[in-house]
Amino acid sequence: MKRLLKGGRVVDPANGRDGIFDVLIDGDRIAEVGASLSADGAEVMPVAGLVICPGFIDMHVHLREPGQEHKETVATGTAAAVAGGFTAVACMPNTRPVNDNAGVTQLILQKAADANLARVYPIGAVSRGQKGEELADIAELKAAGCVAVTDDGLPVATAILARRALEYTSMFDMPMIEHCEDPSLKGDGVAHEGPVAASLGLRGIPGAAEAITAGRDILLAEMTGGHVHIAHMSAWTTIEAVRQGKSRGVKVTCEVCPHHFTLTDDMLAAPIAYDTNTKMNPPLRAARDRDAMIAGIADGTVDAIATDHAPHHYDEKNVEFDRAPFGIVGLETAVSITLDRLVHTGVITLSRMVELMSVNPSRILHVPGGSLAAGAVADITILAPDLQVTIDKTRLVSKSKNTPYHGWSFTGGVAATIVGGRTVYSNPAVKLT
Amino acid sequence: MALTALRQKHLLGIADLSPDEIVLVLDTADAMKEVGQRTIKKVPTLRGRTVINLFFEPSTRTRTSFEIAEKRLSADTLNVAIASSSVVKGETLVDTAMNLEAMSPSMIVLRHASAGACHLLSRICKASIVNAGDGMHEHPTQALLDAFTIRERKGRLAGLKVAIVGDLLHSRVLRSNVLLLTKLGAEVWVCAPATLIPPGLPQMGVRVTTRVDEAVAGADVIMMLRIQLERMQGGFFPSLREYFTTFGMTEARVARAKPDVIIMHPGPINRGVEIASEVADGAHSVILDQVANGVAVRMAVLYLLAGGADNETVA
Repeated sequence: MKRLLKGGRVVDPANGRDGIFDVLIDGDRIAEVGASLSADGAEVMPVAGLVICPGFIDMHVHLREPGQEHKETVATGTAAAVAGGFTAVACMPNTRPVNDNAGVTQLILQKAADANLARVYPIGAVSRGQKGEELADIAELKAAGCVAVTDDGLPVATAILARRALEYTSMFDMPMIEHCEDPSLKGDGVAHEGPVAASLGLRGIPGAAEAITAGRDILLAEMTGGHVHIAHMSAWTTIEAVRQGKSRGVKVTCEVCPHHFTLTDDMLAAPIAYDTNTKMNPPLRAARDRDAMIAGIADGTVDAIATDHAPHHYDEKNVEFDRAPFGIVGLETAVSITLDRLVHTGVITLSRMVELMSVNPSRILHVPGGSLAAGAVADITILAPDLQVTIDKTRLVSKSKNTPYHGWSFTGGVAATIVGGRTVYSNPAVKLT
Repeated sequence: MALTALRQKHLLGIADLSPDEIVLVLDTADAMKEVGQRTIKKVPTLRGRTVINLFFEPSTRTRTSFEIAEKRLSADTLNVAIASSSVVKGETLVDTAMNLEAMSPSMIVLRHASAGACHLLSRICKASIVNAGDGMHEHPTQALLDAFTIRERKGRLAGLKVAIVGDLLHSRVLRSNVLLLTKLGAEVWVCAPATLIPPGLPQMGVRVTTRVDEAVAGADVIMMLRIQLERMQGGFFPSLREYFTTFGMTEARVARAKPDVIIMHPGPINRGVEIASEVADGAHSVILDQVANGVAVRMAVLYLLAGGADNETVA
């Protein structure tokens, strides 16, 4: 079956394209992109006023299955993904049991096939059981479908293990994704170490706890030639370490989450003091850190925007601040936040947004997508850049509702999400006529 | 017109109080102190009100002080002590609070190891929440009784040099006192080893030093903070002996302050760690006055939160 997306603004930086074009889809592939294509028997989808992008890939998501299905499942998580404009997600291995073997990987992939919404790329553990002692069976994980390894939730425990992982993964075109955190400096901290945490009496996590591990891994990547990807950067010193590594030619890439380029630790005190939906790891930091994330996104240091979608049940968050788990959901807010806070403010162009959310994640993880070239998979995110969106946590598709953005309004949202030529989400607030 | 009631329903921290509200509490405590000097130390002010002292951390002084204050105001009072460990296994704080709330108490006095626990309760309960110490955050009634004691001795707070020495990092007493003393115009100096100084103190309007002699020089008030012995494991300083020789309050150090300096300590004291016994027991010490005044100040807080003069009189 053929479908023609007619009259939209196509933003496809991988092919140097940004303008009004038609996109012809044939089955699960892109057939042709060009001006005023003939419908020729194709079903026509009028998309004038909308923006057609290669499908967005969220390379940092916790789907919680197996083991914590009360927070999220592969089915609910991928439903949230497509509602948020993501055609693919890469899911973290800190499930129960840990995704450190082919059996767990296959289970996740089977659940994803059953759900048949967003594509799911499992990420395997660096170490068996994420215990930080010995390497997991990484070749087996790769063969089963894992696209990267990480001990996310924890840092790779020791420098020697990180070295071995970088050497070993270099055989498979897989990055080692690092959750940067020095455990001794983090201690039992729950918030950014600074005046806000001090005035609230919360134990601090200094930015250096993150930058130290990033620095270690960048040096190890330089030494081994391996590819390290720095996850969810939050501290200005981390981004500086990445910038320096890149300038030396180290194979280092990195991502930033929307909350780290929009929010600061002031959110812990107001409007709701000790709101556990402002507790995440790494924590919301100071304005200097937040501004460094924006600068890194603007100057090209940052490769990807990822959500670190971390669903937690209401009961788990409705506790004392220091007892609450770290993390917030992000799949359904990332596109609106990025359009409103980065694109409409002129920090980045739409084309750069597509690089950050589609082209670069595809390249970092070596997965299909990131391009609307003829023959590419027909994974497409359609944006409604002027749509007025108000975040209502009760209407999130995700099983969990732990967002700090409840009630926030943004300009820009998702119109529709197409995976393999099939419309898996269309926003009822946007008329596709 | 003079303020006659607090503007808020809860006492979560000194951060929420304006200077005139603080003065109101201190003035009210003057009247309450007089009640405590009568033969019959009881007024009917809170008759028919139920006050729950909900303590998730061990406390002798604060809990006893609140309980005596409540009884002198004729409140129906009960103590609920819950070991934190049993909470981990069982009921959440929110469920505990909702269950207590269902029994319609007028006030809940909460002591909890987690900063912000009182804020959490205040969002759940109709009862007034009184913070009796939440983690490392605040201990507002301690700061109020400290201010009352200083004012009683010095007649004022504004312009006094107050030196606070000890574990600043982990101290809720420090936070509440810095907020209160700066609001009322005192010149506050704080002193600790560099490992025990939290960020953000200069922005709160205090002078920070690691030299005790500088902190206490010419001071009107020296306030010692307890060194929690378990901090040793955290490696914040090498030994208790070295702490005492470097930061301990000795008679020689006290001699650098004003001749009429008063020595304060929220207790419990560690003799020979943060304070020499000669100082704790000496002529400048007002440590037991603080304890005595704690009852009057807590009576004032409870009275004002219950509605103050709008409600009933202290007659």
